[in-house]
Amino acid sequence: MSNDATLHSHQQEVMHGAVAHDDHGNGHEHHHEDSFISKYVFSMDHKMIAKQFLITGIIWAIIGAAFSVIFRLQLAYPDATFPWLESLLGHWAKGGRITPEAYYALVTMHGTILIFFVLTAGLSGTFSNLLIPLQVGARDMASPFMNMLSYWFFFLASMVMMASLFVQTGPASGGWTAYPPLSALGDASIGSKIGMDLWLTSMALFVVSQLLGGLNYISTILNMRTKGMSMTRMPLPIWSFFFTAVLGVLSFPVLLSGFILLLFDRHAGTSFYLSELFVAGKALSNEGGSAILYQHLFWFLGHPEVYIIILPAMGMVSEVLAVNSRKPIFGYLAMVGSLFAIAILAFLVWAHHMFVTGLNPFLGAFFVLLTLLIAVPSAIKVFNWITTIWKGNIHFTPAALFSIGFVSTFISGGLTGIWLGNSSIDIHLHDTYFVIAHFHIVMGVSAFFGMFAGIYHWFPKMYGRYMNNTLGFIHFWITLVGAYCIFWPMHYEGMAGMPRRYYDYSNWESFKQFVELNKFISIVVIIVFATQLLFVFNFFYSIFKGRKMTTTNPWNATTLEWTTPIHPGHGNWPGEIPEVHRWPYDYSKDGKDFIPQTVPVSPDESKH
Amino acid sequence: MSGFLAVLVVVLIFVVIFQIAKASEYVSILKGEKKARQQNNRINGFLLIAFLVLGLIGVYYCNELLKGKILGEPASEQGESIDNMIMWTLVITGIVFVITQILLFWFAFKYQEREGQKAYYFPHNNKLEVIWTVIPAIALTILVAIGLRHWFRITSEAPKDAAIVEITGKQFNWLIRYPGKDGKLGSKYFKNINDATNPVGQDWDDNLNRDDFMATEMHLVVGKPVKLIIGSRDVVHDVGLPHFRMKMDAVPGIPTTMWITPKFTTAQMREKTGNPDFVYEIACDQMCGSGHYSMRAIIVVETQEEFDAWAAKQKSQYELAHAAEAPAAPAQPAADSTQKAVAANVH
Repeated sequence: MSNDATLHSHQQEVMHGAVAHDDHGNGHEHHHEDSFISKYVFSMDHKMIAKQFLITGIIWAIIGAAFSVIFRLQLAYPDATFPWLESLLGHWAKGGRITPEAYYALVTMHGTILIFFVLTAGLSGTFSNLLIPLQVGARDMASPFMNMLSYWFFFLASMVMMASLFVQTGPASGGWTAYPPLSALGDASIGSKIGMDLWLTSMALFVVSQLLGGLNYISTILNMRTKGMSMTRMPLPIWSFFFTAVLGVLSFPVLLSGFILLLFDRHAGTSFYLSELFVAGKALSNEGGSAILYQHLFWFLGHPEVYIIILPAMGMVSEVLAVNSRKPIFGYLAMVGSLFAIAILAFLVWAHHMFVTGLNPFLGAFFVLLTLLIAVPSAIKVFNWITTIWKGNIHFTPAALFSIGFVSTFISGGLTGIWLGNSSIDIHLHDTYFVIAHFHIVMGVSAFFGMFAGIYHWFPKMYGRYMNNTLGFIHFWITLVGAYCIFWPMHYEGMAGMPRRYYDYSNWESFKQFVELNKFISIVVIIVFATQLLFVFNFFYSIFKGRKMTTTNPWNATTLEWTTPIHPGHGNWPGEIPEVHRWPYDYSKDGKDFIPQTVPVSPDESKH
Repeated sequence: MSGFLAVLVVVLIFVVIFQIAKASEYVSILKGEKKARQQNNRINGFLLIAFLVLGLIGVYYCNELLKGKILGEPASEQGESIDNMIMWTLVITGIVFVITQILLFWFAFKYQEREGQKAYYFPHNNKLEVIWTVIPAIALTILVAIGLRHWFRITSEAPKDAAIVEITGKQFNWLIRYPGKDGKLGSKYFKNINDATNPVGQDWDDNLNRDDFMATEMHLVVGKPVKLIIGSRDVVHDVGLPHFRMKMDAVPGIPTTMWITPKFTTAQMREKTGNPDFVYEIACDQMCGSGHYSMRAIIVVETQEEFDAWAAKQKSQYELAHAAEAPAAPAQPAADSTQKAVAANVH
């Protein structure tokens, strides 16, 4: 812990409570000259970088969600016109009805933005940065400079993606998966012109950001834990961030390689993915490539990606449920073990996205087996969460409610994964609304619930103030009910074989019976979207005007982040980094409400 | 004006909600934090259990409302397999869904914070954990076993006597080719493609191509297995057959296959569904560009006699192509369109 040694020379000063820290004030401040630029812009403080990720993520989330509102309008009212859309989108919505090209661009951008920029960068970027040093007891990340670069590469990626929205031929529009040949040939789709190049550039920058961040998270967790913080004493969010980072570091480079080959096919005349094509009235010269190769490379990231999204949410929900139930998380080792199992299996199931590509059925059988195997660790986690709240004494903070909501949606969406993972059912349901319902519930809504739980729970640590509870409750209830109203009926559309990514269903004898249902869904979407704006308002308002925090440990939690001062400076602890003596879940043990990790184990304490 | 009013109303609602929220914060300070916390907890605890009850009722109601709108009986033998698999999975996951959701919300309600209530220190219990590792593992093994049995049956080689139909995806419609009387498809090469005369690029030197004919609708014989040979000319498409519960990607350069045995003729389905407009549809299920949503074709399932009568009326593509070439200036239009395409590319 080299930076520890340079910042402080005191050894072994035992800190018993958080109050003692205040005596030190912000004693280390004289080490830095904090200008506006170094404090708020090119900050190397992990807490500030976390806020940068979060606020950028929130802005992207509003944009991405607004896109879904626009395309849901089209699905609900395929014949209506909305003149304001023309003022907003120009020739992309001539006469007030979006064009198919605009529809597909919106769908593609909605997916890309939400999956990568919000639920990867905004979720794991925010909380890995905020919580890893605070909960393992480190002054900052292993490399604060790389950490800063990680955010700024993400920012660059964001700028390029944003720019792609404004080019004349529009942004990428071949779906967030960008399958070639559609994504490779500008003649096949207008979105595959310059918009696709910008998309690929942006994603490449994003991968760089993820790698810089991920390597940092891994090395910080492995090397910079405070004295006494053995791996098995780490709070569960840290374990989840650890596995998330490992997944990202191992799978994002594969995605990048796939993208680079795609760039070659687009501009260098190669035929990695292209073969025997006749596009725009002429035969192309490419022969011998395989469009399926891209899908393998893509899903080798694409599947771990869904765990990259959901694991941090799982970790934070475990923590929030334990704290607010005043009970230890049930089966800590099983929770870690199941995270590990999920992380391993995440690499072995990618081809379940490809059951109907003509994949060898024998090979497919292995992917069925491995895919359904993931249900076992997932089931363990669900049962452990339920047992954690059993016989607890639950305080329903907005964070706790969102955690309960997370478990509910994770069950609902996880179970439909058992349907889709079984290849014979997948034949019928593949690429229908059933898939949309499944992944939106299990990794969209659930991951957002985990993120909201994290934001409400750690907001006081970020800003020294509380968010408004009443708005939090309203936010939770409308979102939970709304999410089920939106996605539950979509299972039925999927059962009817209704394909995803259709601009208009009215010419289809088999699917047009759902027009009323689509209207209902879209109206709920608008209500839920408005409710999220309420949350955003609550968030920004509370940063400046929220009720002030008066104690350092508002939730009576055991973990280290609550031993720092209300406004921790760069370096987190003004004095020594506290030493850890126990695991983080001693709640309601031996009649004590909670025993912080920093308290030594007394001889008469019962063993767990 | 009405747009402005709508925005105004939304903003007003926001302001009202916000003022209530702010006021409630002051009230909680006045009442004392403890009392406010108890009250909030009671309300949320009640809402959780209400959500559970109403939610389960909602699940039932949604099913009542929508079960008539999904597809009904599968129209192929393969589809029966898949529906059977769905049934099994629905039962198992349905039971788990109801039990776990009830436990989750019931526990949350029951163990809400109460004065004097102490949480029970219960960090782990190996027996319980083994139980809920083993039971899901067994349930999933059963599902995998049944699923794979169906999977291998569905993806097996088509029977020898199966009819053959080729279907090729292009932006944005389907090209359907029948092997003709000889029952064999002639070879093709993509560089032979010509939209006017040779849409799939048949090789005219191959004699097997002489009797192959193209169709705009796919005609199938009821009760007779048919093997589809699936391909694409440009981007990845997908032959989605919702009523038959089948689906297979159309990948350029890599032919795929699938076989089905239709159970009911279109006329029978019209009776079964009570919908005189009923048709079997082929839906593209893989994002393929701006016309993806319109990539539709129709399948007509009919008796052998009806099929034979239809097939006899079809003209082979060879005939059509060479009839078109016979007049003066052969191949002129084709060369023209190529030039145009090149020119378009230059711009």
